[in-house]
Amino acid sequence: MNAATDHDVILKLEDVSKVYSGTVAVKRANFEVRKGAVNVLVGENGAGKSTLMKIIAGVEQPTLGRILLEGEEVSFSSSGDAVNRGIGMVFQELNLFGNLTVAENIFATREITNRFRKIDRKEQERRASEFLERLEAGIRPDMLVEDLRIGQQQLVEIAKAVSLDARVLIMDEPTSALSAAEVEILFKVIADLKARGVAIVYISHRLEELIRIGDYITVLRDGRITGQEEMKNVDTQWIVRQMIGSDAKDFAKADGHLPGEEIFRAEDICLPRVTGGLAVDHVSLSLRAGEILGIYGLMGAGRSELFDCIMGRHGHSTGTIFIAGKQVRERDTARRIRRGLALIPEDRQREGLVSILSVASNLTLASLSRFVRLFHIRGTDEKQAVTRMVRELAIKVADPAQEVSSLSGGNQQKVVISKALLTGPKVLLMDEPSRGIDVGAKADVFRTMRKLSRDGLGILFATSDLDEVMALSDRIAVMSNGRLTGMFDRAEATEAAIVAASALGHGPVPQMESNAHD
Amino acid sequence: MTDIPAKAAVASASSGSLLLTLMKLRTFIALIAVLVFFSIAAPNFLSAANLILMSKHVALNAFLAMGMTFVIITGGIDLSVGSIVGLCGMVAGYLVLNGIDLQIGYTIYFNVLEIALITLAVGILIGAVNGLLITRLNVAPFIATLGVLYVSRGLALLSSDGRTFPNLVGKPELGTTGFGFLGAGRLLGLPVSIWILVVVALGAAYLAKYTPLGRHIFAVGGNERAARISGVRVNLVKMFVYMFSGFCAAIVGLIISSELMASHPATGESFELNAIAAAVLGGTSMSGGRGTIGGTIVGAFVIGILSDGLVMMGVSSFWQMVIKGLVIIVAVVVDQAQRRLQSRVTLMQMAKAG
Repeated sequence: MNAATDHDVILKLEDVSKVYSGTVAVKRANFEVRKGAVNVLVGENGAGKSTLMKIIAGVEQPTLGRILLEGEEVSFSSSGDAVNRGIGMVFQELNLFGNLTVAENIFATREITNRFRKIDRKEQERRASEFLERLEAGIRPDMLVEDLRIGQQQLVEIAKAVSLDARVLIMDEPTSALSAAEVEILFKVIADLKARGVAIVYISHRLEELIRIGDYITVLRDGRITGQEEMKNVDTQWIVRQMIGSDAKDFAKADGHLPGEEIFRAEDICLPRVTGGLAVDHVSLSLRAGEILGIYGLMGAGRSELFDCIMGRHGHSTGTIFIAGKQVRERDTARRIRRGLALIPEDRQREGLVSILSVASNLTLASLSRFVRLFHIRGTDEKQAVTRMVRELAIKVADPAQEVSSLSGGNQQKVVISKALLTGPKVLLMDEPSRGIDVGAKADVFRTMRKLSRDGLGILFATSDLDEVMALSDRIAVMSNGRLTGMFDRAEATEAAIVAASALGHGPVPQMESNAHD
Repeated sequence: MTDIPAKAAVASASSGSLLLTLMKLRTFIALIAVLVFFSIAAPNFLSAANLILMSKHVALNAFLAMGMTFVIITGGIDLSVGSIVGLCGMVAGYLVLNGIDLQIGYTIYFNVLEIALITLAVGILIGAVNGLLITRLNVAPFIATLGVLYVSRGLALLSSDGRTFPNLVGKPELGTTGFGFLGAGRLLGLPVSIWILVVVALGAAYLAKYTPLGRHIFAVGGNERAARISGVRVNLVKMFVYMFSGFCAAIVGLIISSELMASHPATGESFELNAIAAAVLGGTSMSGGRGTIGGTIVGAFVIGILSDGLVMMGVSSFWQMVIKGLVIIVAVVVDQAQRRLQSRVTLMQMAKAG
């Protein structure tokens, strides 16, 4: 690591830009990847890290700019192209086939065949188990991927990328679902790859991780590269400054209103997992009117599943919930919405929007009964409500009759939020409300959350962003492995304590002294 | 019948290209094209008698296609409608001839209105069976309705041992006369079946556009998960569309039996395919979420006029099938091309706007 200066540049991006319909994801980025080193890329949600990596991995094509691989200009028209040139990627969202075995996944599209073009299953499984053994995760190559825990699936994804024998290996948040012990194993694998001269591009939100394993660091903000340094020359403060910039993140300050009576209580919520065990493990919590309760946890901690249970999306969940002291006996989503619950789901495309319908139809979908006389939808009432929500949440749309898929991510998210608000909820459940939206829209969303809490709504919001949960919550609940592992008042919450609680039940607790946040 | 997307297209023609507008109006253009072509090529095509006769043929397919449209919009398919037509025809025929034997020495005979209501109820009931299989037992729509297709056809054949119920005039002393009115009667110069079609079509179009249920049908087809989270009762919506499809099939069963004054158990074989073709020709997307009643009716007219016109021209029925198939394929290809062009125009507009 001390000979960092001899690391040759293997891959270089020059003035690369990427424009999606409506948004500029990457602006004139210059990025160098060095051999035999861990090149860290860091930035906030939506800063453009994943887009930049997808460009390198050939999944997306740059709108402008050039890619140089060992000094030679290349253009990848598909990820297959990039793989052929020695560039592999571990994707943030798992790209595995749940219905195939681990070995079949690892060798997908590169199947090992015998003389008769028949897949040589034995050989595949033997080779797969070599890679899996290095990950020490107890995954057998003949297991079906859908039967694995999410952390194990992530390890399979890593094994798949390692098996490519890539010269450049991109890892997009590889540790987001891993336990502390699994992270240690991953770091060993990375050290091993480094020694063999592989260039590793490593993306993560966890600063302590980056500082520990990084050799070079690049910071992205709003699609621009704001800093590029050797890791040994920088400290946490430098990283944070580059990430956030001079203007601190707009979290919309608390207005100091006091929460009211208890408006929502969940008791003993349990949700069994298909593979055994509990996805939500005896969770109880209570929420007061006008209070924002942040739920922090890693991927797979059970936050979304808890919300699903509260909304009545799982028939086999147990436990009781109360709204304003009265028990909610209704078990289906439709009637729970009528009782005053509303969910803003994490996955906007799959669960939040009907993308082929218009903005207006999406807005009123959950609250149509409010505009109906007998069985007729009163067009004027509906239009009024649509216009009001478009104005209140500052949704940028020329004509509400436009298809909702033509909006940018931030405006789509505002449509989902407006849809929930039109049902007149008492309790709002927001699952990762700021995921994948631009800074301006984020500020709008946070401001809306503040305003709603001032109006007396109880808000439960789940996030894996530490800054967000610290800045917005009146109280912070931490979940890990389906259990509630911590509950802090904002005054007494520290990042170290929250991170520690979020790792409980994930094997050995990580050493807290390496948590270099302050 | 008006074509709703076609109207919208005219309104926004200034923003889109001419080509796009033409593509959106394709079903209409096809309708006008076949009308013009056959009025030149086939003598007597434009005579009032022929037009009314054709409309009666078209009406039968149009009923089934409307029910099918809602089902397809929710992302499903209903293969059982042809068999429901057959079974409902047999139910009506049986009731006219035999009534219901109570096994205690008495037999109840129903009047024609009651028979019609019972037959419609049977159609709705079979639709409900489809719906229950799909929503409660999680059977894929294709398989569930395929199973019901066979069961219904089998029951229709069993009901008469494969024979036809002939001569459904009824007996005046039992009050079962007048069954022929549906198929042969006229109101204000038009066949009764056309009036029924107008009423059902207007009702269905209203439902699709102005009621929460209609909106929910589109939402379920567009994104079932999102609809569920938004509080849409997805199962009830699905139950409704299959029951409505069964209802439409029962109407067709009644009309055919009434026209022929006889019920044959094989009536309605392969009708489901014509219904699907009409819906698709009218712009209904097989992947769900898109479609209009108006478009489907126009689609049914295109297919109906095409087959009747070709018969009048003396084209062999083998060639008719080839032509029908080609028309359907072209319709879907144009549909896809329109989607692509549309999204490109939208992107360009967004780029211009900033």
